[in-house]
Amino acid sequence: MSPAPPESWHRLHPLSPVVRGGRATIAVAIILIPIAFGHDSFGRQVPQLGVIALIVLAGLVSWLVTRWRIEDDDLRIETGLIRRQSLRFPLAQVQAIDVVRPGLARLFRVAELRLRMAGSSGGTARLAYVAEHEVEPLRDELLALARGARHDESPTPAAEPEPAPPEEHVLAIVPTGPLVASILLENWWLVVIFVGLLIGLAVSPHTVAGLLAGSGFVWALSMATFVWRRFNQQYRLTVAEGPDGLHLRGGLVALTAEVIRPGRVQAVRLVEPALWRPLGWCRLEVDIAGRQRRKGEGEAQRGQLHALIPVGKRSLGLELVDRLLPDRPRELTRPPQRVVWKSPFRYRALSWGRSDTCVATTSGRLRRVTCWVPLEKVQSLRHVQGPVQRRLRLASVHVDTAGRAAHATLRDRDAGEAATALEELTDLARAARRRPALARADEVRDNAACSRSVGASARPA
Amino acid sequence: MGVEPEEWRTPSRQLLTLRRVEVGVSALVAAVVLALAGPTAYLAVGALVTAAIAWPLVGRRYRSWGYAEREDDLLVRRGVMFARLSVVPYGRMQFIDVTAGPLERAFGLATVRLHTAAAATDARIPGLEREEAARLRDRLAELGEAQAAGL
Repeated sequence: MSPAPPESWHRLHPLSPVVRGGRATIAVAIILIPIAFGHDSFGRQVPQLGVIALIVLAGLVSWLVTRWRIEDDDLRIETGLIRRQSLRFPLAQVQAIDVVRPGLARLFRVAELRLRMAGSSGGTARLAYVAEHEVEPLRDELLALARGARHDESPTPAAEPEPAPPEEHVLAIVPTGPLVASILLENWWLVVIFVGLLIGLAVSPHTVAGLLAGSGFVWALSMATFVWRRFNQQYRLTVAEGPDGLHLRGGLVALTAEVIRPGRVQAVRLVEPALWRPLGWCRLEVDIAGRQRRKGEGEAQRGQLHALIPVGKRSLGLELVDRLLPDRPRELTRPPQRVVWKSPFRYRALSWGRSDTCVATTSGRLRRVTCWVPLEKVQSLRHVQGPVQRRLRLASVHVDTAGRAAHATLRDRDAGEAATALEELTDLARAARRRPALARADEVRDNAACSRSVGASARPA
Repeated sequence: MGVEPEEWRTPSRQLLTLRRVEVGVSALVAAVVLALAGPTAYLAVGALVTAAIAWPLVGRRYRSWGYAEREDDLLVRRGVMFARLSVVPYGRMQFIDVTAGPLERAFGLATVRLHTAAAATDARIPGLEREEAARLRDRLAELGEAQAAGL
């Protein structure tokens, strides 16, 4: 792929300030309504009109001074009137490109492009907003450039033709009913408190009922927003396989779309909350470098990992894991019997296993968590032995990854086994790191190509 | 343990002195304050007894510290109750910082801390003599650069 010639500057969609204003826009509209339809004399409205004129002017200026273009392998964004900023984002470091459409943006048929960058300081390049019909081609172009930029570093150019047409292949759509059920089942204590409140309200005398209703209402409201936010994000989430990785799309009011590239996955986690297990459900989460930035991210996501499928059959989850980590370990070994004394509640869930490129661990008291970490992504390894463990001749090995929440731990293994595991994992991680990146990418693509036919049968029930 | 290298380097003897001074001074201060302002003088004795018990533990804790530079990674071990051994590959190090608090400075010591992209990595080596800290920092930075691996 030849580097693109420097293009001319582009501007964002003219309606961008309106959408970015969000609530301010709505407020302006509300102020405008009485002016438009009211019978007041015009003179009295001057202050309001002045404020509106200022807001409109600010929006116009912000639109005028912002421009962007693609320069060789960088995306350059210039913005700011007084404090002029010129931002340069190397496309080779792009981790993922998301398309985000908040409610207002859908109304005006525009969308935001978010480029997630690598690196611990890695910010997010935002193009807010771009006309809806331009978004998809632009994203494809940027992704292609990103791939090209990366391949240029290697001696062989990526000149081979794409093996498959860029059409994608839908693997799973999250059904709405189970999604609601899963959110409520996972947060069952919320439901219990809610029902308790209702019963309390029904049986208690009036004075107490008033108090209950007051506090209960506030609480119920916050709970409702929590449930709503998850529901809104994960509504009809679609997982599809494209030439460049897994495509995710979904959302009820705010639509998001993003691409997860297999080589960028730091860790994969399969979570089975206690009440989901009888139903055979699980949630599959992936941890991607640069995924958990605070800015511009919904706050609901902060403590949580990114759900690849918010709810689905265990078999479907495992199939997707296979797609992301083809060489995942199949056989997990249990810890020795004496661990019962140290971790009585966790004992039944503990196990670990490894292949040459991947390590898997399971744990959890009530909810089961299975965690896979590709060894090439391991940041550091820690061997820890506490006082109780020493008495029982046990030890744990922690596998640290760049992610925040996903963390694989070989908990409570026999001391000898833990020491060997530490040594082996150190060596395997080194070997995995050294393997040329290109070979790895081909491996993944081959695997994706051959598993393409398998995927057709897997749909959530 | 399996990854045991041939030789561990240890922090400076000065670190042991520093820790002992810390324990001794704080016990003395506590004893004096309790003796003057406390309800009974027994509390002051208690503070001194606690320090006496802590004395050998300080030594054990000091001896548990160790680090080793291997070909591809740095090993750091520490802890008596919770024995920890961290393996940090040079290629994963993002930055290294050297800090020295006022007490450490008075003893001519510094702490070297390693950071990777993982928040859980907690490799630090306290009580290095200043030249050793500078040497280690430069060496690690050099090795990190040579072996740097992308995320």
